[in-house]
Amino acid sequence: MSTIEKELESRAELASVLRARERELAELKARLAEWEEAFESTPKRDALFTTVSGREIDPLYTELDRSGAPDHEALGVPGTFPFTRGPYPTMYRTRLWTMRQFAGFATAEETNARYKYLLQHGQTGLSVAFDFPTLMGFDSDHPRSLGEVGVCGVAISSLADMEQLFDEIPLDEVSVSMTINGPAIILFCFYVAAAEKQGVDVSELRGTVQNDILKEYQAQHAWVFPPEPALRCIVDMFAWCSEHTPKYNPISISGYHIREAGATAAEELAFTLRNGFEYVERGIARGLDVDSFAPRLSFFFDVHNDFFEEIAKLRAARRIWARGMKEKYGAKNPDSWRLRTHCQTAGVSLTAQQPENNIVRVAYQAMAAALGGTQSLHTNSMDETLSLPTEKAVRIALRTQQILAYESGVPNTIDPLAGSYFVESLTDDLEREALELFDEIDEQGGVVPGIEQGWFQREIAASAMRQQGEVESGDRVIVGVNDFLDGSEKVEIDTLKIDPEVESRQVARMAAIRAARDSDRVEQTLSALRDACRSDENVVPRILDCARAYCTLYEIRAAMEDVFGAFKEPVFF
Amino acid sequence: MSEERKIRILVAKPGLDGHDRGAKVIASAFRDAGLEVIYTGLHQTPEMIVSAAVQEDVDVVAMSVLSGAHMTLFPRVKKLLDEAGADHVLLTGGGIIPEDDVAALEAQGVGRLFGPGTPTSAAIEYVKEWFSAQNTA
Repeated sequence: MSTIEKELESRAELASVLRARERELAELKARLAEWEEAFESTPKRDALFTTVSGREIDPLYTELDRSGAPDHEALGVPGTFPFTRGPYPTMYRTRLWTMRQFAGFATAEETNARYKYLLQHGQTGLSVAFDFPTLMGFDSDHPRSLGEVGVCGVAISSLADMEQLFDEIPLDEVSVSMTINGPAIILFCFYVAAAEKQGVDVSELRGTVQNDILKEYQAQHAWVFPPEPALRCIVDMFAWCSEHTPKYNPISISGYHIREAGATAAEELAFTLRNGFEYVERGIARGLDVDSFAPRLSFFFDVHNDFFEEIAKLRAARRIWARGMKEKYGAKNPDSWRLRTHCQTAGVSLTAQQPENNIVRVAYQAMAAALGGTQSLHTNSMDETLSLPTEKAVRIALRTQQILAYESGVPNTIDPLAGSYFVESLTDDLEREALELFDEIDEQGGVVPGIEQGWFQREIAASAMRQQGEVESGDRVIVGVNDFLDGSEKVEIDTLKIDPEVESRQVARMAAIRAARDSDRVEQTLSALRDACRSDENVVPRILDCARAYCTLYEIRAAMEDVFGAFKEPVFF
Repeated sequence: MSEERKIRILVAKPGLDGHDRGAKVIASAFRDAGLEVIYTGLHQTPEMIVSAAVQEDVDVVAMSVLSGAHMTLFPRVKKLLDEAGADHVLLTGGGIIPEDDVAALEAQGVGRLFGPGTPTSAAIEYVKEWFSAQNTA
C-alpha cells in the first residue's frame, strides 16, 4: 500500500472512531435526559445540597462535567507534574503519613513528659503548641502575659526553656514542627541553639517552623512586626536554612487558620497558594535562585466536614502550585513544583455538645486527608471545644489515625478517587475558582495591600457570617447542636485543667535565668542584632548569638521592634 | 421609657488571643439586631477595654475569650469597671469557658457567659432582656 493509501485508510479509521464517540455521547445524553425526567418527577428531601462552603452540588456527575485539560495533562501519574495524584510516585506504599499530634501546655517540663508519652504510643513526629505570650513574643514574666502563661500551649521564653522542652529527645532523630509565626525567627534560633547544646549536627535537623506571617495578618492574628520587615526576616530564614539546615522546612504556608476563621474551601486554597507565591516572589526579589529555597516550602491545610470537596482541594492545590512554580516562576527542579502538606482536621467543626460525636467527625476528616494524599496529619481530640485535650482524648485521636492507616485499606492504592466524575469535576472547579480569586487579589494591589486594606479579613468574616446564618436557620444541620438533641448535651467527659501555679513557677524560673547569665554578653548580642536589623545583613546569625547568650524572647523581640516597629491592625467587623 | 434608645455595646477581645471569628460574628449579629456596636479590635488589656467602655458610655461589655485566660480577664475587667464608677455596665461574654468557671465568674458579678454552639439570637435576647429590666426597674 502506498503512503497516500495508508494515510487515507488511517483517516477513515479515525473518522469511524469519531463517529463511534459521537454515538456514545448521543446515547449518554439520551440516557441522561431519561434520568433527569425520573429525577425531576421524584420528591426530594428538604435539605441543603451544598457543601459547607456553600458550593452547589449536582445530584449526578458524568463525563460531561469534566471541563479542564485532558487527563494526561491534568492528572498525570503520581510523583510527576502536575502532581494532582500525589507528590510522590509511591505515596503510602513507601511511607505512611506522619502522625503528628500538636501538643503543648504549662511549662517545658510538663510538655516534655507529654512528648515522651506520645512517642511511646507510636506517634512519629512532634508538634509544638506555644502559649499565647510566646506566640506574641512576650516573656512569661511580662505584664501582658498575666493569666495566659502555659494555658493554651507551652511557655518558652528563652533557650533554657527550649533545652528543657527537648530534654532526652534527640533532635537529630525526631522531626519537630513548631507553630509560631510573629516571632518565629526567634523560636527557630532557640531550637537550633538547643540542638547545638545536645551536640547535634544542625545540618541533620528535620522539621518545620510555621513562620507564615501573611496568614496571621489575614486570619489568626498572632503578629509582631509590620509586613515588610516580617517578610524580610522570612527571606533571611530561607537563605540561612538552605545553607545550614537543608532538611528543615523554614515555612509552612498555612490555609488552616484562614479556613478556621471562616473562609470557604476555595478561599482557603486561593489565599494560601497566593501567599505561597508571594514568598517565592520575595525570595526571587532578594536574588535567591528559586530552586535553592522552593523545595523546602511546605504547606498546611484544613480538612473540614465536606468529604469530597476537601479531597478535591488537596488535589487542586498540588496542581496549581506545580503549574505556577514551573510556568510562572521558572523553577527547574521538580522538588520546587512538588507541594508537600501537613493537614489537620477542622477544629471549628467540633461541637461542645455531645463531644464524643467529635471522634466520628475527626475520623471522616482524617480519611479525606489520606484520600487527598497528605504527608502528615493531626487529628483533633474530642474535647478541644472544652479545654486542651486530656491524654485519653489525644490517644483516641491518634488511634483514629492508626485505624485509618492499618485497618481501613485506604493507604493501599494511590489516589483511589482519580477518574471519579465528581472528584475530578470538583478538582477542576476549585482550581478555576482559585485562579479567579488570584485575579481579585491582584485587583487589591497584591497580598500586602489586600491585608493593609483589610480585604482578606472582610472576605473571611463574610464567609463566617454566611455559615453562621445557615446553622442558626437550621438549614445546615449540626448533629447535637441544632438537631438530634437528646438531652445529654451536658458535658460528662473529663477535661484538662492547667495548674494555676504554672505561671508563678515559670516567673521564678525566668528570674533564675536572668540572674545566671552574662549580662554584658546579653547587651552586646542585642546591640549587634539591632545593627543587623538596620542593615541588609541576614539577621539569623545575630539572633542565634542572642539565643546562645540566653537573651529572652521579649528582649530579642523588643530589639527588633526598635528598628522594625509594630503591626497595626485594621479594625472592623 | 427609654425603649427608643439603642443599646450601646462594646465587643472586646481581651488578652493575647487573636481568634476573632466569634467576636466579629457576634458584633455583626448585635448590629443587625439594632444595637449600637463598638468593636475594640484585638489584643486589648483590661485597662484599654474599660477605658473604651467609659469613653463610649456603653451599657454592655461583651468579651470573647477563647484562650483559657478568662479567670484572670473577666474579674480584672469587672474590678476596673467598678472602680471607674461603671458598675451599672453589664459584663457578659463567651468562649471556651468550663461550666465550673462560669459559675465562679457569675458569683463575682459577671453576667451570663455563652459557650460554643450558642445561637447569636440567645445572646441578643439576653442583652435586650437585661436592658429592658434595667430600664423598667
